[in-house]
Amino acid sequence: MARPPSTITDLVAQFGPHLKREPAGGWATRGDPDRIVPTHCCFCGQQCGIQLKVKDEKIIGFEPWEEFPFNKGKLCPKGVKRYMQDEHPDRLLTPLARDEARGFQPIEWDAALDRTAREIQRIQAAYGRDAFAVLTGASLTNEKAYLMGKFARIAVRTANIDYNGRLCMVSAAAASKKVLGIDRSANPWSDIPKAKVILVAGANIAECAPITTDYLWQARENGARLIVLDPRMTPIARTADLFIPVRSGGDIGVFYGMLHVMVQRGWINRDFIEAHTTGWDAVEAIVERYTPEYAATIAGVPASMIVRAAEMWGPADTSFLLHARGIEHHSKGVENCMAALNLVVATGRIGREGCGYAMITGQGNGQGAREQGQKCDQLPGARDLENPAHREYIATVWGVEEPTIPHTGLSAVPLLEAIHDGRIKGLLLLCFNPAVSLPDGDFIREALGRLEFFAVIDFFMSETARYADIVLPGSLMEEDEGTTTNVEGRVIHHRQVVKPPAGAREDWRIICDLASRLGVADKFPYQSTRDIFEELRVASKGGVADYAGITWERIDKEMGVFWPCPSIDHPGTPRLYEGWRFGHPDGKAHFQPADWRPAAEEPDADYPVVLTTGRVVSQYLSGTQTRRIGALVDQYPQPRCEMHPRLAGSLGIADDDFVKVESRRGSIVVRAHVVKTIRPDTVFVPYHWPLDRSANTCTIRAIDPISKIPEFKICAVRVSKTPPPADDVAALEPEAGGIR
Amino acid sequence: MSELAFFIDYSRCIGCQACVQACGECDTHRGRSLIHLETIERRDSVQTAPQVCMHCEDPICAQVCPADAIKQTPDGVVQSSLKPRCIGCSNCVLACPFGVPKYESDADQMMKCDMCYDRTSTGRRPMCATVCPSGALAFTTIEEIMRTRQGRAVNDWEFGDQHVRTKVYVLVPTEVTHVDVGLIPLSSLRSGARAAADPYDVAAMLEGG
Repeated sequence: MARPPSTITDLVAQFGPHLKREPAGGWATRGDPDRIVPTHCCFCGQQCGIQLKVKDEKIIGFEPWEEFPFNKGKLCPKGVKRYMQDEHPDRLLTPLARDEARGFQPIEWDAALDRTAREIQRIQAAYGRDAFAVLTGASLTNEKAYLMGKFARIAVRTANIDYNGRLCMVSAAAASKKVLGIDRSANPWSDIPKAKVILVAGANIAECAPITTDYLWQARENGARLIVLDPRMTPIARTADLFIPVRSGGDIGVFYGMLHVMVQRGWINRDFIEAHTTGWDAVEAIVERYTPEYAATIAGVPASMIVRAAEMWGPADTSFLLHARGIEHHSKGVENCMAALNLVVATGRIGREGCGYAMITGQGNGQGAREQGQKCDQLPGARDLENPAHREYIATVWGVEEPTIPHTGLSAVPLLEAIHDGRIKGLLLLCFNPAVSLPDGDFIREALGRLEFFAVIDFFMSETARYADIVLPGSLMEEDEGTTTNVEGRVIHHRQVVKPPAGAREDWRIICDLASRLGVADKFPYQSTRDIFEELRVASKGGVADYAGITWERIDKEMGVFWPCPSIDHPGTPRLYEGWRFGHPDGKAHFQPADWRPAAEEPDADYPVVLTTGRVVSQYLSGTQTRRIGALVDQYPQPRCEMHPRLAGSLGIADDDFVKVESRRGSIVVRAHVVKTIRPDTVFVPYHWPLDRSANTCTIRAIDPISKIPEFKICAVRVSKTPPPADDVAALEPEAGGIR
Repeated sequence: MSELAFFIDYSRCIGCQACVQACGECDTHRGRSLIHLETIERRDSVQTAPQVCMHCEDPICAQVCPADAIKQTPDGVVQSSLKPRCIGCSNCVLACPFGVPKYESDADQMMKCDMCYDRTSTGRRPMCATVCPSGALAFTTIEEIMRTRQGRAVNDWEFGDQHVRTKVYVLVPTEVTHVDVGLIPLSSLRSGARAAADPYDVAAMLEGG
């Protein structure tokens, strides 16, 4: 059993999160660096260029990297302070084993690896191969993502591997594949300032992708008009030409209402549709019913806003559509994204300068980590696990028989459900904190407690690692070398800035050591991550996400290379679909009809308020890293429940009151933040915090049928004023889950 | 090409605090952030505004300093108080029309934005204006600003009958030639005098149609 072996208070005292506020050496004495290493930020899919300063083999600060073309030295507060996770007092420096009586105890590396391998074999012998699962992350380098997929399929030989990108933007990926044939943003960011109208749907760019702000503002300096869809007036929305405060889950109403008006007024490119697309008639038949008045009832906004949006978007010469989690985190996430793409394809404004579309990936390697074969249904090169030719090719690369490669396994949420109901007994987890990041948190934490054996690789003791039997201390991004693929599809190079501290190891070495103990050392002969990248190039060759022509030297010289890049002499592909050649075998874009349908749980008499969740600018994902950095915690110390004064007034709640946010699954207590910048039928709580402050305790375990993305953006809650909590968890520091 | 100058475009600010976090990272600031990021009225709006020292040509803070502790570099950067001279009287804090200087009690002296003098004096850009992801803060040439931005960069200010010219520019609509802050007669400040229309109230927008 894998329940935390000590009280939460004891675990926090021992392993944190504690706050680090000063660089190695202290502010006054850190001195001049010995070297400055250009690399990239580890937080978020923008992957900004940044230079880290090193003195005495410790990272002591940063210097902006103004030559890197994507961000030109710009950074958000997370990037500025990311180096504070180095030399951190919470850093895990020895393997740990759970001890029922004494809490986590240090053990030797060999003993920890031996036991992990033994438990994998024991569980698989007793319950079958698929009873041991692997969960990974989208903040891993391409090399590690590739390695994890290969490790699961041919070392552990389980079908059950998935990753936390499943929580991020898989619905956007699926929609893009269905409509355009390729899962990637269609354009480089340099196209944004050239667009005359920009539509941002469900993307809090100022907080979740801050660097993109300058691209938007530059477009406006050039005369572009900006349309923003969001239930909250975000900083981008504040000065937008048109802000549509759409109801969470009502986005299709806006998209189809716009399309209805565009059809009526002749703002559809029928020549393009005829020559380069399929399926328009079915879409046109659906949108015919979406009069602005009908669309408004779905969108929850005045019909005039939808008409105005159509008038801005419809006749424009050039346009750019951006979307993110706001439309993707739904049990109809794929349908939302396909509906948005209709606005792009129906106008033919794609595949040329200033015309296109992008999904804003959220995690560090949100793009690349979903191409290398660590998804439950995928092989490297964004290949299909169930395609016989794809299986055969990868089997050849790996030197195994094709039938030995497992078939499609469970995605993240069903995988946790299988743990909960006992079908999966063992788990190896890297770069994932489901105790904070998955919906229906009480259920998820209960599932983790039911594992017979649980091993975690992490650099800090995450809330999830507390449930582990074995914790293996891994490496930070800046302690290993490899590549990631940024939001644009640009493959970039993370340098090893320093070595992992004594006692910790690079993640890939841990995985290779485990593979060796599982009897397949010959399949994991890597001496460096470059060896893994060279194999990845071969494995991706001929796939959709083709890296065959990309080398680390080219990346450095060209400031990144965009895939597909099938050969060394290929320049890479910053803009997809040029010449209107789409990714499907017929070369056309495929319209996908889908009618609007309600969320899994709409508000009702018992739970009358919509809860929607998201991020704040100073925190990243489940907070394992950023809740340990003092300056970032100071900026936004604890989650608050944003609500409109009208809603607050009707509930007798004043700003800063303690409020209980309660769904059918669980409840949390946070402070109220009463603001006019949110719909009065909706509350917002950011999700970065654990335990009784975890918004995901309330969210619903409903997933999209195609992409399996959870519905983080809408569930039903009731909100009430409550006395200040006085329990042990409340007494913790806010970064640990307490409340002030 | 003219020399590099500092520009503020308040309309671009997204309140992310990258500037605040980066300011302390300037080597001579040693963890102390000297830029101010003002949240205007969070209940009503997400509007925020960054405030660096405007580096007045004839700095009011220095004029009112009884200890002659505030000095200007030859290139016009107004520095923090000289530690041996500052008596912590806060005259400068009260006099600055932009609200920039602050008395730092732990250091027992007035400290403020020095435009990252250790950086700008060696050809590097100030930390805040380098990292700012929205372009609300920029350190570049006037030609580059005029080429890439709408509006006009001005550095003339009227505070009542006091005229101030600053080293730092702000971006304003093209028809504006200087910023007239003006003085509000007390008689106009009646309760409820706030504008009835509330442009950032989402509930009102939904009813507006």
